[in-house]
Amino acid sequence: MISRNLLFAAGVAFGALSAAQAARADSVTLYCSADEAWCQQLARGFEEETGITVDMTRKSSGETFAQVKAESANPKGDVWWGGTGDPHLQAAAEDLTEVYADSPLRPELYDWAIKQAEASGNRTIGVYSGALGFGYNKDLLAKNNLPEPKCWADLIKPEYKGHIQVANPNSSGTAYTMLATLVQLMGEEKAFDYLKALHKNINQYTKSGSAPIKAAGLGETTIGIVFLHDAVAQAVAGFPIEPVAPCEGTGYEIGSMSLIKGARNPEEAKKFYNWVLQAKVQEKAAEVNSFQIPSNKNAKISDKVPDISKIKLIDYDFKKYGSSEERKRLLSKWDNDVASLPQ
Amino acid sequence: MRAESSTAGFHPTVLLWLAVGWIGYAVVPWYGLDDNFFLLGWLLDGYPLDDDVAPALFLNLQGQKLWLAPFALLLALPLTLYGRNRNDPLFGKLLIAVGAIGMGWFFMQGFGIGLRGWNFAWLNQLFGELDDRQFGMGYGALLTVTAFLFLFCVGLAARGAVGGDVFVVSAIGFVVATVGVFIFMPVLQMLANALVTPDGGYSLGSFISKIFSERLWSLGCFTGTRCGVALNSLFLAILVGVLTTLLGLVFALVATRTGFRYRRLLRALTVLPIITPPFVIGLAIILLFGLSGAVTQFVSGIFGIQPTRWVYGLPGLLMAQVLAFTPIAFLVLIGVVEGVSPSMEEASQTLRANRWQTFWNVSLPLMRPGLANAFLLGFIESMADFGNPLVLGGNFDVLSTEIFFAIVGAQNDPAQAAVLAIVLLFFTLGAFYAQRFWLGRKSYTTMSGKGDAGVHPRLPSLLEKGLFTVAGLWAFFTIFVYATIFYGSFVTRWGIDYSLTLQHYVKSFSIGRTEHGIHFSGAAWSSFWTTIEIALISAPLTAAIGLVTAYLLVRQHFKGKEAFEFGTMLSFAIPGTVIGVAYVIAFNVPPIELTGTGIILVLSFIFRNMPVGVRAGIASMSQIDKSLDESSLTLGANSWQTFRKVILPLLRPAILAALVYSFVRAMTAISAIIFLVSARYDMSTSYIVGRVENNEYGIAIAYSTVLIVVMLIVIGLMQLVVGSRRIGRRGVESDMSQSRTNVAAPVVQTPGAG
Repeated sequence: MISRNLLFAAGVAFGALSAAQAARADSVTLYCSADEAWCQQLARGFEEETGITVDMTRKSSGETFAQVKAESANPKGDVWWGGTGDPHLQAAAEDLTEVYADSPLRPELYDWAIKQAEASGNRTIGVYSGALGFGYNKDLLAKNNLPEPKCWADLIKPEYKGHIQVANPNSSGTAYTMLATLVQLMGEEKAFDYLKALHKNINQYTKSGSAPIKAAGLGETTIGIVFLHDAVAQAVAGFPIEPVAPCEGTGYEIGSMSLIKGARNPEEAKKFYNWVLQAKVQEKAAEVNSFQIPSNKNAKISDKVPDISKIKLIDYDFKKYGSSEERKRLLSKWDNDVASLPQ
Repeated sequence: MRAESSTAGFHPTVLLWLAVGWIGYAVVPWYGLDDNFFLLGWLLDGYPLDDDVAPALFLNLQGQKLWLAPFALLLALPLTLYGRNRNDPLFGKLLIAVGAIGMGWFFMQGFGIGLRGWNFAWLNQLFGELDDRQFGMGYGALLTVTAFLFLFCVGLAARGAVGGDVFVVSAIGFVVATVGVFIFMPVLQMLANALVTPDGGYSLGSFISKIFSERLWSLGCFTGTRCGVALNSLFLAILVGVLTTLLGLVFALVATRTGFRYRRLLRALTVLPIITPPFVIGLAIILLFGLSGAVTQFVSGIFGIQPTRWVYGLPGLLMAQVLAFTPIAFLVLIGVVEGVSPSMEEASQTLRANRWQTFWNVSLPLMRPGLANAFLLGFIESMADFGNPLVLGGNFDVLSTEIFFAIVGAQNDPAQAAVLAIVLLFFTLGAFYAQRFWLGRKSYTTMSGKGDAGVHPRLPSLLEKGLFTVAGLWAFFTIFVYATIFYGSFVTRWGIDYSLTLQHYVKSFSIGRTEHGIHFSGAAWSSFWTTIEIALISAPLTAAIGLVTAYLLVRQHFKGKEAFEFGTMLSFAIPGTVIGVAYVIAFNVPPIELTGTGIILVLSFIFRNMPVGVRAGIASMSQIDKSLDESSLTLGANSWQTFRKVILPLLRPAILAALVYSFVRAMTAISAIIFLVSARYDMSTSYIVGRVENNEYGIAIAYSTVLIVVMLIVIGLMQLVVGSRRIGRRGVESDMSQSRTNVAAPVVQTPGAG
């Protein structure tokens, strides 16, 4: 009977795979939402120092949030490091992550990192931050005889028509940060007038947040609105990109870390948590071309990192603009008032 | 001899499944193990008494998990059938009852009792708090439930279902059960999400407002804004379906009906896009036709035109998808074009029809099933394609990417994703039924047991010239794109620094030597080996289940066949993203706990790719005259022998197609996989996506190039192992007949989708 053969084959097949999944002694499962190289650096570094095996999966923070939520009845991950703060706050609000308030490293951290923790009821903590801005392709700018953009206000000038890319705030946290930043910077009414004007100059709303600056690097668009560290990384990688911090001031994101509730290896997860907050670990990020600002005050900052003291940062209200009601309201307003307009 | 006498009073099949059931209940650990079962570490781990590794029997004897005890009783009942004939009504009735109750109880206890005791609040109220709990089921449970399933089938057969054929009933039972568990259950759980409101309740109103929303159906593109996502997808898919079918037909005709010299080259060319990992064609199109693309710059340099972003959106998507899916149409059509019986065409010519009339009125209509299948595949592949829209879509949003970003994007709205998935499903199923309607009930049988000697007539010469021109242009374009890809893997940084380098290969695939021997130090090795392993395991399983299903659909008649066909084809119409999320939701918790394992990857490949095995099998089998089976049956063979000795050898092209397709798909699929990979089981495609996201195109392309070479080698090996079908037909010249018998696979795959 073929079914018998099939079953046998299935048995053999399943055997060839290791079905092992639960906790082994001294291992930790890390969900990492930053750049692959950075994630690898952390995982291997932790293994070397502690002898604890790290099983690392790299996914964007949105994907990781979806996974943590889907797995909530039977969590597979232990610790979730990196990625923009909002999904971490959301996970905290939905009780998917564990409270941890007594890390010995807390005193070493900047205020914004602690504020992030407090906003979540100590279920998450800031591990790095990055300011919003934009970057332009020097070659393309020169080729099209365009002036250098320096401020948010420059971007709505008609000569930039068809030259600017930004992500769609419905799918990208980066673009939502821009939306919320502009609202806080200009007031809601003016911000939407600005966005309507900007809409005319946009050549594409991308899905992912860092796609615009990558497209600019490849010469597929002139200007991309992104986080500055993404623009710096493209420049360091050899693309003709010039990062710009907008003159009016700008918002920022806080990359966060959370311990997953019901983790199989809670002890190892805490060890990782405290290891990764150390200054000597954080300052190594620049080695793998990640130019975010570390959350540990003692960490040396690479000279390629955009000088935070020269950037005007707004007092970003993460609690209000991270809440799902405010987010939904702003997004649907953007959908109706901006995205539906002809370009 | 002794064994024979002791089983004399038992139906051998019943005995076999009873033995399997008892092994599952009393010998093999019931629950899933932390370690690999087949390493047998559990034998030393306190087996059989320790809770973690004990079989159900030993658990029950120690007074634990008593809800498993009824299985012992159910497995003991069939023993009373000793000495009874299978025609005895009691024989069938008892087996049906035991099987049905066994399976029913199995799922009830599985879903009812979970990690935290009772899974449902009402059970808590009814029986009070349960102190015990259970984890995911293991091999013991698997064996036992399998035994119940097949006992049920044997019982049905004994009662006269499908002519009392045990093999056919069991095969149907097996396919229905697996499709039910691994397609319907997860998808229904996922679709139930469509009714969920943001605050966790259920509402029909929000579902209706979502499904008829502007975003989906707006006709704005005629008035200056944008069209709805659903209309975009539909429009693109129809265009791609039509274009790929036409081009596929052109290639198939050139390859089989003309004296074209470089047919082999043509074949090789059409295989390339099929084995290309996702994103790569889209990337190449950007590198060539984007704002700073090589061709764009060249053209604007000569004619002084301001370069534009014209390629983003419909034009680029169309280009990439037609490039990627034409080979699917070709491989579906080549088998059909070859299969058209020359004697019909000769008859037409004998009746004084000219070449045009013969082609138009005889050959073409006989190719209808192939044309319809090719269109359907192109349509569905385009609908489900994920990679190309992601890189090339511009502002032309389509359903598949919208679903992905509804789930992973900042809005995180599974309800919206489910609504979009329903629309997508509606389109693909609509196409499926339109195709069936068009084919109607006509017979397209052209391969029979009777001698069918003949030579295909030549095509009209004008048509021939036209075919050559189109095929030539397209071949040139394909070569151009692939040369770009190949060259791109050796360039330091495309667009910036064109110096040649091997650094991308070294970074991904370097092999170092340490004192322990060879060390695979390249960054890509781990995902590479996992991918090969998963691909090699899932390919034969997919082919097997696909062909058995095709056999049942074409050759057997039973109640509910329509529903059965629908069920087995369903997974093809569901985009991978939906399957991925559905699997995570359904298989993360007991009773079936598979996330984070390699098994879930294998299963997702089997059930995603099975429809292709089915379709390939159906296409080949409907060309084989039923009189062949009938003569085999008349000569005393049973249905299994007929399947094995007569049909299977004639199905070699379909087997190869299914094998190759599922292998290739396992190496190139992305959208479902991206949700299912885990730290220990990372796949190459998800690794490549990560590199693309990072603008490390060099590594992405280098890795893809390596995968392409590996796939070519493996496909070549498969072709050697499976061999080819020999159809006894007279050939024009030896070369011609050779190429005709060496039927290549109606392989079907999509680079970007998946």
